Amino acid sequence: MALVDWSRAQFALTALYHWLFVPLTLGTSFILAIMETIYVKTGKEIWKKITKFWMTLFAINFAIGVATGIILEFEFGTNWSNYSWFVGDIFGAPLAIEGIMAFFMESTFFAVMFFGWDKVSKRFHLTSTWMVAIGSNLSALWILVANAWMQHPVGMHFNPVTARNEMVDFWAILFSPTAVNKFLHTISSAYVLSAIFVLGVSAWFLLKKRNIALAKRSMVVAATFGLIMSIFMIITGDESARQVFKTQPMKFAALEGLYYGETNAPLVAIGFFNKTPGPTNPNATEWAAKFEIPNMLSYMATLNPHAFIPGIHDLIHGNKAQNIISYYDRIKMGKLAIAALKEFHLAKKAGNDSSSQAALKTFEANYKYFGYGYYNDPYKLIPNVPLTFYSFHTMVGLGFWFMLLFILALVFALKDKLLQKRWLLYLALWTIPLAWLASEAGWMVAEFGRQPWVVQDYMPTLSAVSNIDSTSVMITFFLFAVVFTVLLIAEIKIMLNQIKQLKDGGHE
Amino acid sequence: MFENLSYLALQQYWWAIIALLGGILVFMLFVQGGQTLLYTLGKTDTEVKMLVNSLGRKWDLTFTSLVVFGGAAFASFPLFYSTSFGGAYWVWMIILFAFILQAVSYEYRSKANNLLGTKTYDIFLYINGLVGTVLLGTALATFFTGSLFSVTDVFHSFWHSPYRGLELALNFGRYATYVNLSLGLAVFFLSRILASLYFMNNIDDETMNERARKQVMNNAIPFLVFFLFFLVNILLMNGFNYDPSTKLVNMESFKYLHNLLAMPMVLILLLVGVVLVLWGIYKAYLGNEKCRRKAIWFSGAGTILTVFALLLTAAFNHTAFYPSIYDLQSSLTIQNASSSKYTLVAMSYVSLMVPFVVAYIWYAWEAMNKKSITKKEMEEDTHAY
Repeated sequence: MALVDWSRAQFALTALYHWLFVPLTLGTSFILAIMETIYVKTGKEIWKKITKFWMTLFAINFAIGVATGIILEFEFGTNWSNYSWFVGDIFGAPLAIEGIMAFFMESTFFAVMFFGWDKVSKRFHLTSTWMVAIGSNLSALWILVANAWMQHPVGMHFNPVTARNEMVDFWAILFSPTAVNKFLHTISSAYVLSAIFVLGVSAWFLLKKRNIALAKRSMVVAATFGLIMSIFMIITGDESARQVFKTQPMKFAALEGLYYGETNAPLVAIGFFNKTPGPTNPNATEWAAKFEIPNMLSYMATLNPHAFIPGIHDLIHGNKAQNIISYYDRIKMGKLAIAALKEFHLAKKAGNDSSSQAALKTFEANYKYFGYGYYNDPYKLIPNVPLTFYSFHTMVGLGFWFMLLFILALVFALKDKLLQKRWLLYLALWTIPLAWLASEAGWMVAEFGRQPWVVQDYMPTLSAVSNIDSTSVMITFFLFAVVFTVLLIAEIKIMLNQIKQLKDGGHE
Repeated sequence: MFENLSYLALQQYWWAIIALLGGILVFMLFVQGGQTLLYTLGKTDTEVKMLVNSLGRKWDLTFTSLVVFGGAAFASFPLFYSTSFGGAYWVWMIILFAFILQAVSYEYRSKANNLLGTKTYDIFLYINGLVGTVLLGTALATFFTGSLFSVTDVFHSFWHSPYRGLELALNFGRYATYVNLSLGLAVFFLSRILASLYFMNNIDDETMNERARKQVMNNAIPFLVFFLFFLVNILLMNGFNYDPSTKLVNMESFKYLHNLLAMPMVLILLLVGVVLVLWGIYKAYLGNEKCRRKAIWFSGAGTILTVFALLLTAAFNHTAFYPSIYDLQSSLTIQNASSSKYTLVAMSYVSLMVPFVVAYIWYAWEAMNKKSITKKEMEEDTHAY
């Protein structure tokens, strides 16, 4: 494998691992805050017990989230140093703000929340719990703003002298629709995952007829929180799809395996491929089987059921009627921009003002497609279609299932019939791994779907890597794989043990 | 408000923030120092548990300081971030692995069914304490002694050693390696001194405090030897001077000594810092109980001031703060490595939150430290590590 492949593998590995733990932190922190608020309001000891139990699990998960998180911040420098310079002027700021605003808040109040039960007042303790929730969610905000900027770069200007993108509008970056949607969709999905975790573990207690008081109350909190958040997650997901359609049409086409664009485009609700278009296959998608909903894709993308949705073929070859510039033309313009930037630097060094100005003009006219210039074959610009398609459909399908599960759990909880509905308890328990599957699938949709771009249209992944030997990266890849796997096993073992050990959760 | 500052003033402001973060980070490394003293100061399981729990309330802040240091460096001096992290790959990877191991160890060490056993997690803590301090200190020294890299016209960085930064600590044929390592070891011993002082402040147990008091002196001697070796060397060595008119970097004899003389405030900060560190050590070793409890504040503040002053010396007064000994003209200065003016201005507004952050950290610490750690608490607290 080449350097870029090892670097991508390492980033994917570390990010996927980190993302196993983060969503549980994001959501459980709020669930804890809600539970403790009920304790402080009602003064009932059972709620303190409930809060403390989930807090123990939270802390076990939090530690490994922190452990796997540090590498991600430094990896931009260690493995993607060319990227770090090219966009550091924009990307670095959210990361620094994340540290100053969020991480200190999280870590300071975590210590109070965890060790302060008998050291600080009830109110101060409750405030600390809320601060942990707000702090961890704020940290998600800034890194997602940074990620959204890579998917849809705004608020910047390329400075040819420093050869990098420079920030010109902080607010445009923070409030870009991609950033807002990405943040809301991601955190709501994390809340849903956490609610399923609480729901599933509580269901296990009920199946074992243990800690019934704790489990029933936890299920009510989890199902209510989960239901509200799953509705919110579906709404923001729907909006995200429209954003992707506008800003990353190739990713959108890959999500549906759409090769030839069409009006009144149907949505493939369930589908299986025989062959998909890609870097080595310039032919149309071949389906083994598919079930479609008429006009739904057009409606989803534009809110107009008759709208034209471009496919992979339209993007690569262009479509005059729809005003789509072909990737062939974009590659030509990209090459012009790259050559002009070189010329600009040479002329500037030689002190030739008129040449440097002329080069600059050519550069600016073509910069929009700068990244395409690194390629000769437009088919290399197609992301992995099956991976994107299956991840997307898994995520969406499970998202609706989660909502249904919360409704069922809430209905039977309110009727106080949870103990009798063992099928539902089993379903809740088995849904725990599915929550993680959906969450990781969401990450894969976002990150595999945007390939080969690290910064959409401007910087391909292959030109973002550090100038380093691939053996070093290969070694660190395996080190991470071993260390993170061992720590994950330790985490799961400790957590299961804590769950099984709990005995004084009340019998109702 | 920040818009009216010159680009250079903003660059200096941000370097000062980086220097301050560096100072806070080195001070907070007392957590790492403490991790190397667990079995020296603790002789029974309960005693070790007390030490671990005393550090366990603070480790996350050290960790966060390191992360924020990285984030702030990325945002304000991205060329430094891309050159150093992408270049000295193995140094940073080893540091990061050491911190990854630390992050789970507190939480997992005493939990049932933890796969690796308490002892392994305690070894992880020791590794983090040793590697984290020595390598971070060594990396700090390279701000004066230089590294092997070059930067192209379009600001792509290349590292010119297959050892990816490890040569800075292991190439014993080069004199500067000894200077680098001396700061690494000085930081290691300092972190153990600070840890001992912190325990004396935080743990209510006479026997353990007495052991900590002895450790202060045991570590003070090697600390002084290594630190003075480093200080004398940088004051006497040739430094990397940046000429703003020609935009060229050249070697200047006694550069860092000149810097201190040209910036008397920095010199004073450095001297006050060193004296405070020594005063804390003196108070802890010879003072009464009340003095001992307060010693950490002197040595801690002294550490922050000393590192702050050293980092200003490395970068201000027309000096290349991240020098290249491979290609002198590739050396990084606060002018050529910084973010754009717009970003520095935006970030400067964010920096206004720092006093607020410090205030709530202080408030929370105070609230938590009202009661010292006792043996009784360890036995009763179900959340204890």
